[in-house]
Amino acid sequence: MKTNEVLLEIKGLHKRYDEIIALDDINLNINKGEVVVILGPSGCGKSTLLRCLNGLEKVHGGDIRYRGKSLVNNDVNWQEIRQHIGMVFQNYELFPHMTVIENIILGPAKVQKRDKSEVMEQAKQLLERVGLFDRKDSYPRQLSGGQRQRIAIVRALCMNPEIMLFDEVTAALDPEMVREVLDVILGLAKQGMTMVIVTHEMSFARAVADKIVFLDKGRICEISEPNEFFTNPKTERAQQFLNIFQY
Amino acid sequence: MQSLGISVLFKGMNMQRLLEGLLVTARIAFFSIIIGSLLGIALGVIWTSKSKWIRLICRIYLELFRIIPILVWLFIMYFGVTTALNIDLSGEVVSVIVFSLWGAAEMGDIVRGALESLPKHQVESGKAIGLGFWDLYRYVLIPQAVRRMLPGAINLATRMIKTTSLVVLIGVIDVIKVGQQIIENSRIEVPTASFWVYGSVFILYFIICYPLSKISRKLENKWNG
Amino acid sequence: MGLNWQFITDSLPLYREAAWTTLKLGFWGILISLIIGLVCSIILYFRVKVLKTIVKVYIELSRNTPLLIQLFFLYFGLTKVGISLSENTCAIIGLSFLGGSYMAEAFRSGLEAVSKSQIESGLSIGLSKTQLVRYVVLPQAFSVAVPSIGANCIFLLKETSIVGAIAVVDLMNVTKDLIGMYYQTFEALFMLVAVYFIMILPLSLLLTWLERKVRYAEFGN
Repeated sequence: MKTNEVLLEIKGLHKRYDEIIALDDINLNINKGEVVVILGPSGCGKSTLLRCLNGLEKVHGGDIRYRGKSLVNNDVNWQEIRQHIGMVFQNYELFPHMTVIENIILGPAKVQKRDKSEVMEQAKQLLERVGLFDRKDSYPRQLSGGQRQRIAIVRALCMNPEIMLFDEVTAALDPEMVREVLDVILGLAKQGMTMVIVTHEMSFARAVADKIVFLDKGRICEISEPNEFFTNPKTERAQQFLNIFQY
Repeated sequence: MQSLGISVLFKGMNMQRLLEGLLVTARIAFFSIIIGSLLGIALGVIWTSKSKWIRLICRIYLELFRIIPILVWLFIMYFGVTTALNIDLSGEVVSVIVFSLWGAAEMGDIVRGALESLPKHQVESGKAIGLGFWDLYRYVLIPQAVRRMLPGAINLATRMIKTTSLVVLIGVIDVIKVGQQIIENSRIEVPTASFWVYGSVFILYFIICYPLSKISRKLENKWNG
Repeated sequence: MGLNWQFITDSLPLYREAAWTTLKLGFWGILISLIIGLVCSIILYFRVKVLKTIVKVYIELSRNTPLLIQLFFLYFGLTKVGISLSENTCAIIGLSFLGGSYMAEAFRSGLEAVSKSQIESGLSIGLSKTQLVRYVVLPQAFSVAVPSIGANCIFLLKETSIVGAIAVVDLMNVTKDLIGMYYQTFEALFMLVAVYFIMILPLSLLLTWLERKVRYAEFGN
């Protein structure tokens, strides 16, 4: 699936919160069709990195380029960019006052001004794919966490994004619901969706990733193929990190 | 002198009279708040009773004040109750009675809320470290309950102070009435007197109420935040 | 003590008319309060420069002074410096001046209840600032604010009892006149209380019901 066409190019990215350095000299390319999984201990900056890619955090240095266009100057039209870079959050963040279908078509109808019947058709297909078409008129509160998260993924997909960002999307779920969400993401990977995933699910990361990025204290420690990373990490820190997950 | 309308405030005995009026207002507010709070604390403790009937009666008592405007209560007490009982009560006494009863209702609700919000395990953990009944109240329950009700109680005091403005409508010679007399007396000399007099009464109330609501909000943020 | 029912029947039209006046003033006062409150809360929410300070000063002035003084100042004070207002206009302005700040607080607490992550979620599907406010922030803020808005409506309707002080023919004045002219004290007071009950009790019950509904139907993650 992975191609040589670079979609996102991150160069010397720097980000801080007051005095604390959150991201330091991040360099990373994301190619079309590539699945990049970012791993690292809590507070290492992985979510911050993801949020920078969607304009939710201000960047203090370096550059992010999407299809060659810089995303760090002030006149970036994020409204436009975010239609191409979708994001799914840890706590789903569906709009509680809207039904499932209203949540899904809000963006396509109001932002992209697409034809309603066409959007409905696409929403139907996506909902069927995640097995939730029968819940289209439910409110988020009537759904389980796993169902909500699958809807949140559909909501992002319905915008036809070129890249999807997943920010610890299973971290808030009960263990038995993790699988249903990860299966959806795995399905997307098989279809060639470009994705950047932050997760703590190690075996999932190994299964889905084309490339593992290991982050520690705001810096990239290593970038490896998944098999290599999990069997033979290059750095001491990555080794220590992986040890935590083994009993 | 028309250009200096504000001078009406300082002419002759005007300032002194205004302050005397303010004293009447302050006296009503002071007694109402004290009596209302004491009655309210008692009511609040009774309210936490397990009896459904006691709770219902307390609730109805509060709702009567929530549904019927205070001015109506002043009318009922001033015109109705005095006539019915054939007694003569001054407007000032009537005001203190009505405000105290109203304050007791609202204060009761605040105290009840504070007492009921205290987690049960606080009592249990207090007992667990061997505190007796009085020590339990003194060191554990009362300090926590006070924190929960103080912001609301101060807020209530502000509302009561603002409501004292109504006493003029049942003939009490308060700061507003004195103001009206001054306006009346200087109608010809200082036509803009009402602007200055009402303006200063407005500011007077603000000077008293603003710090109180500020404190209430500060405490609320500090203790509930 | 028996009430004079004949007198009560005779005075019904007077009370009906006064209640109508009260309701009309209350309606306009509440409506304008809602508008003022919404505008003020949005100014505070977006921290609009200069306006933010003006709104803060207004809220403090309005909340820390009695309605009666606000009315006297408007009606008697301002007429003397060249601004003339009719009693009804004055009553409505007074109520709105008072109610606006209470409504602003209600809306503000609603707006603050909308979490930052909901806003980010809206941004992530490309909503513009206006769309975000219209489709995400306001609907959620509104449902959180409903109980306090309701309480404020009741509060304002009760405060209309005070506007009689500037010579509007309202329930209080009718009552006072009947007591003064006919000494039918109990009948007049009975009617007064009855009318307020009829106006406010249904609202109060509706509010209790709404509060419960909003609490249980908390749309929530």
